[in-house]
Amino acid sequence: MRQEILGILEQNCKVTVDDLATILENPKEDIAKELSKLEKEQIICGYHTIINWDKTDIHKVTALIEVKVTPQRGQGFDKIAERIYRFKEVTAVYLMSGGFDLTVIIEGKTMKEVALFVGQKLAPLESVLSTATHFVLKKYKDHGIILEKNKKDERMAVTP
Amino acid sequence: MEQKLSEKVKVIPPSGIRKFFDLVSEMEDAISLGVGEPDFDTPWNIREEGIYSLEKGKTFYTSNSGMLELRDEICKYLKRRFELDYDYKTETLVTVGGSEGIDLAFRALINPGDEVLIPEPCFVSYKPCAFLAGGKPVTIPLKEENEFRLTPEEVEQYVTDKTKILVLSFPNNPTGAIMDRDDLKKIAEVAIKHDLIVLSDEIYAELTYAQKHVSIASIEGMKERTIIINGFSKAYSMTGWRMGYAVGPKEVIAPMTKIHQYGIMCAPTTSQYAAIEAVKNSDSDVQEMRNAYNGRRKVMIEGFRRMGLECFEPLGAFYLFPSIKRTGLTSEEFANRLLKEEKVAVVPGTAFGDSGEGFIRCSYAYSIEDLKLAISRIEKFVSRLIK
Repeated sequence: MRQEILGILEQNCKVTVDDLATILENPKEDIAKELSKLEKEQIICGYHTIINWDKTDIHKVTALIEVKVTPQRGQGFDKIAERIYRFKEVTAVYLMSGGFDLTVIIEGKTMKEVALFVGQKLAPLESVLSTATHFVLKKYKDHGIILEKNKKDERMAVTP
Repeated sequence: MEQKLSEKVKVIPPSGIRKFFDLVSEMEDAISLGVGEPDFDTPWNIREEGIYSLEKGKTFYTSNSGMLELRDEICKYLKRRFELDYDYKTETLVTVGGSEGIDLAFRALINPGDEVLIPEPCFVSYKPCAFLAGGKPVTIPLKEENEFRLTPEEVEQYVTDKTKILVLSFPNNPTGAIMDRDDLKKIAEVAIKHDLIVLSDEIYAELTYAQKHVSIASIEGMKERTIIINGFSKAYSMTGWRMGYAVGPKEVIAPMTKIHQYGIMCAPTTSQYAAIEAVKNSDSDVQEMRNAYNGRRKVMIEGFRRMGLECFEPLGAFYLFPSIKRTGLTSEEFANRLLKEEKVAVVPGTAFGDSGEGFIRCSYAYSIEDLKLAISRIEKFVSRLIK
């Protein structure tokens, strides 16, 4: 049941407990219990909404920053990663293989705000060796969702 | 000019679905549960293959029967999924959608006056196609108490010495009924006894829930008298590509190919390249779509039962066929009033034959959100009729 719940919620987190109970043919109580377990175990870490901010009046700037760091003895990359992900501007941190160590994604209101964050908070961290900031110009697809996709039902009534 | 038209064409009635949906198109904010096609986009790998074939300039005719590679892959697929053995060179024909296959089979087999048994309610094309081919369609009304399955007794009741073809269409549009191996074995016995050819439309074969689809051709003694019609529209969400196929004894496939080559030449080349990718590499996409339909199916059944309408549980296709007899309205009245009063479009059961009276067809090829909104509107409407 667990896997089925996760599969359905990954597609649409708005599905209600009632719907899950109908679809999975299990009592509502059992579904609710399983959901709460999944949340406690942090398998379900949150219920996120994907918003295409470009379609609103609110301006946001997203930047992807390649960061090279010095790993710390006994703690590898985890300590420095934690220092970075604690900043509220940071929306994602990934440890990478290849030409740099961490991908840091940050969001700010303006490019200046992002630049200040990188210059004043991220780059001066002791373990950070270098940063390369790339601004996101347009989001086409986010979290598996195509943002510009035309949702209109274009099916026509054909006969037969 | 009208008096110059073919007498046959003049007497064919217009489709009940078309008539109804002309009304729907004029109405704003209507939720439609009427469309008989998947709501998913064709999986990207399939579309990509079509685009790639165009980029490579593969825009010429293919052989009349369809590309050898495609026919080969279709036969491998039929073996893998349904335990069917067909020779891709002589027993397989690629058609322009499943509909062309139905038409070709009737035209290749029927002589004037031959009777064609058509269990009803059913897809709206069988009767006109059989009639246009010179045959006499004979309908067998299916019963809700038999879960809209065809029984051997029903076939026996309607078979005559003029009966040549029995049409089977399971999983069924509009009821969603399926036939299991035991059901089909009994039908096979009757078909063999009366020397009937079976035209088995299996376009919804991939959309079965709870149990796997069984083809009557996989039953002993039936392969030599069965023509299977199938296609890519429903399983791979490829309706607009118009890709179908027929498999059967070479003695029937050859004359079908003859008609096809004079009328159509060959199926669209781009679609054939896309179809190769579909049949080879898209099982997981089909599974994902099937899972989604299955979830919606359950939500819909629950909704209808909650509002007090009897709803037989369909185990195939993507339609629900609830009974609206308790409301005291005819199918047409129900559908018309539901559209006007609550702006939900469903198809009256009678669009699929007289035996569809007392039922409506609701497609669940829509998002859960749309389905729930439609259900709540139907519930409001029904609550005014059932006290």
